[in-house]
Amino acid sequence: MRPSAARLLNILVPIKRAVDYSVKIRVNPQQTGIDLNVKHSMNPFDEIAVEEAVRIRERLKDAVKSIKVVTIGPSKSAETLRTALAMGADSAIHVEIPDSAPPPEPLGIAKALRAVIERQKEGVDLVILGKQAIDDDAGQTGQMLAGLMGWAQATFASKVEVNTADKVANVTREIDGGLEELKCQLPLVVTTDLRLNEPRYASLPNIMKAKKKPIEKLSATDLGVDLTPRLETLKVTEPPKRVGGGKVENVDELIAKLKEAGITAVKA
Amino acid sequence: MFSATRSLAARSIRSRVLPVRSAARAFSSSHACRSESSTLNSLDTFTDEEQMLRESVKRFATEVVGPKVREMDEKESMDPAIIKGLFEQGLMGIETSADHGGSESSFTSAIIAIEELAKIDPSVSVMCDVHNTLVNTIFRKYATKEQQDEFLPQLSESKLGSFCLSEPASGSDAFALQTRAKKDGDHWIINGSKMWITNSYEAEIFLIFANVDPSKGYKGITCFVATKDMGIEIAKKEEKLGIRASSTCTLNFDDLKVPAANVIGGEGNGYKIAIEILNEGRIGIAAQMLGLAQGAFDKAVPYTYTRSQFGQPVGTFQGMAFQIAQAAIEIESARLLTYNAARRKEEGKSFTKEAAMAKYWASVIAQRVSGQAIEWAGGVGFTRETGIEKFWRDSKIGAIYEGTSNIQLQTIARFIQKEYS
Repeated sequence: MRPSAARLLNILVPIKRAVDYSVKIRVNPQQTGIDLNVKHSMNPFDEIAVEEAVRIRERLKDAVKSIKVVTIGPSKSAETLRTALAMGADSAIHVEIPDSAPPPEPLGIAKALRAVIERQKEGVDLVILGKQAIDDDAGQTGQMLAGLMGWAQATFASKVEVNTADKVANVTREIDGGLEELKCQLPLVVTTDLRLNEPRYASLPNIMKAKKKPIEKLSATDLGVDLTPRLETLKVTEPPKRVGGGKVENVDELIAKLKEAGITAVKA
Repeated sequence: MFSATRSLAARSIRSRVLPVRSAARAFSSSHACRSESSTLNSLDTFTDEEQMLRESVKRFATEVVGPKVREMDEKESMDPAIIKGLFEQGLMGIETSADHGGSESSFTSAIIAIEELAKIDPSVSVMCDVHNTLVNTIFRKYATKEQQDEFLPQLSESKLGSFCLSEPASGSDAFALQTRAKKDGDHWIINGSKMWITNSYEAEIFLIFANVDPSKGYKGITCFVATKDMGIEIAKKEEKLGIRASSTCTLNFDDLKVPAANVIGGEGNGYKIAIEILNEGRIGIAAQMLGLAQGAFDKAVPYTYTRSQFGQPVGTFQGMAFQIAQAAIEIESARLLTYNAARRKEEGKSFTKEAAMAKYWASVIAQRVSGQAIEWAGGVGFTRETGIEKFWRDSKIGAIYEGTSNIQLQTIARFIQKEYS
């Protein structure tokens, strides 16, 4: 009997448009958040995710059927989708929220992603996301999505090897103690860490090709998802300015100063 | 007097007849505030693709070219990895059609790439500029299909091109060139020398202007394409004040044998090709000088807000702030001249005067702003380590190549004379 053909891989890469890493952040006068009238770009960890999807295709060639990118954001997020298309994704989905809507939270995003996945007729085998977004540093979306879907998850990946024949992936994770190797069954959620890869620059021919790639527009209502935030930000302030330290002449003086500062563990 | 109104009317009729701008921009959704009915936009409007290209080249320039700038300048040599990187990014066939391996983008896209590269290294920028706006464009506009099929893919993918017009005895007076080409069966034999040729050290494809019939004067000048392996001798490499990583060599042709099929644009049309192409190339140089000025500004100004003397950042002293503001105005004016000239060209409007103005002005402000940038940074600006002084050295050539400043002024003056007299 002939073995069934290995199923072709459908990869989904959720991405987020966030404040660019090089911007000097300033708290807004109302102290409700930061000044968002600054340069935005694709979250760097999401760039790594898109790059990894493209590299998986370069390694596995025809075994990768599709690379879809999706973003949940206001109209300007479409720019980020185009950059991902220029990096090598095949098509994009834009779940558009009103410009005036508050930024969605990880649980809302995870629910929306679940709805997106369930809409994909061809299914999704691998979701690769950035481990966290550099604006909120939440680091929750990937894990929540895996939980909602009942899928395996391999977070903080520094290496991903997919075996479509056996429908597994070997993922190396960066953990506090070092590196951990996991063998995961597909479908799988992977979140990317910094050392996974170095994203390519979108070359001009690919930028021009990206113009023709399709972007599907959806709304939260289409997905049946409520993106209302559950958290209310009370106040945002800058960290207190660092004050200069002082110099001491000898150890005794150091001990005296530490005691003065109220550090009781110091013994003369 | 009447000719002025006539030419004004002609220009305005042309702009009304012209529909929405080039197809590339028709797909744009760049600025949400653009209304459906109006097709008039501010001069700093770009398509999504152009903006993405700018971002991409900026990153490439900062991350790949940036670390090598000082070394290339000190060694007076272009790193082959950077040339390869430019090809890989599709930046060496920007306007070339996809059939020929190019990116099929707009002229403005090329200008954007040149500007962004110049912000980091004007040497890399001029290499990309000459290759795109002079060499590639000559093939695209004047070559036969066979010639295009043969050379454009190579130029898009891996081979650097060089444009060889100037000679020891002919610079501004280009048509006094002495290089001769004599017909010999199905070949041309070229003898002579070219000087001040950009890219020549690394190039493999050369566009050589030679006279096939001196009795016809400049009407004998013909454009030939030759490859390095035909026997082009790369002689003296100049040791320069600025853009040192860009190779500038003397070339010698000693009975150089070139197939008859390698005549571009027909015998005796070389002078026309040269004039028209340098017109476009002018906008490219304007973009290079613009990027240079911006690069120097971007390096020096942040420093003035961190360097404190007398209890405040030096950039906040009114005198400094005024100088910085004036430099910003100069850069913005050069930017508008450059991009407007580029758009005029894309729209098929006449752009000779505007291109001359852009090139002239950009080279002037590049010198001024980069010089000021050194002074704003003080002693540290004078050291080679910070890379600010390099911009000032690099800027000097702007007033000289691809049409000296005096030639630009002469061109502009002629237009004015025609309009006003």
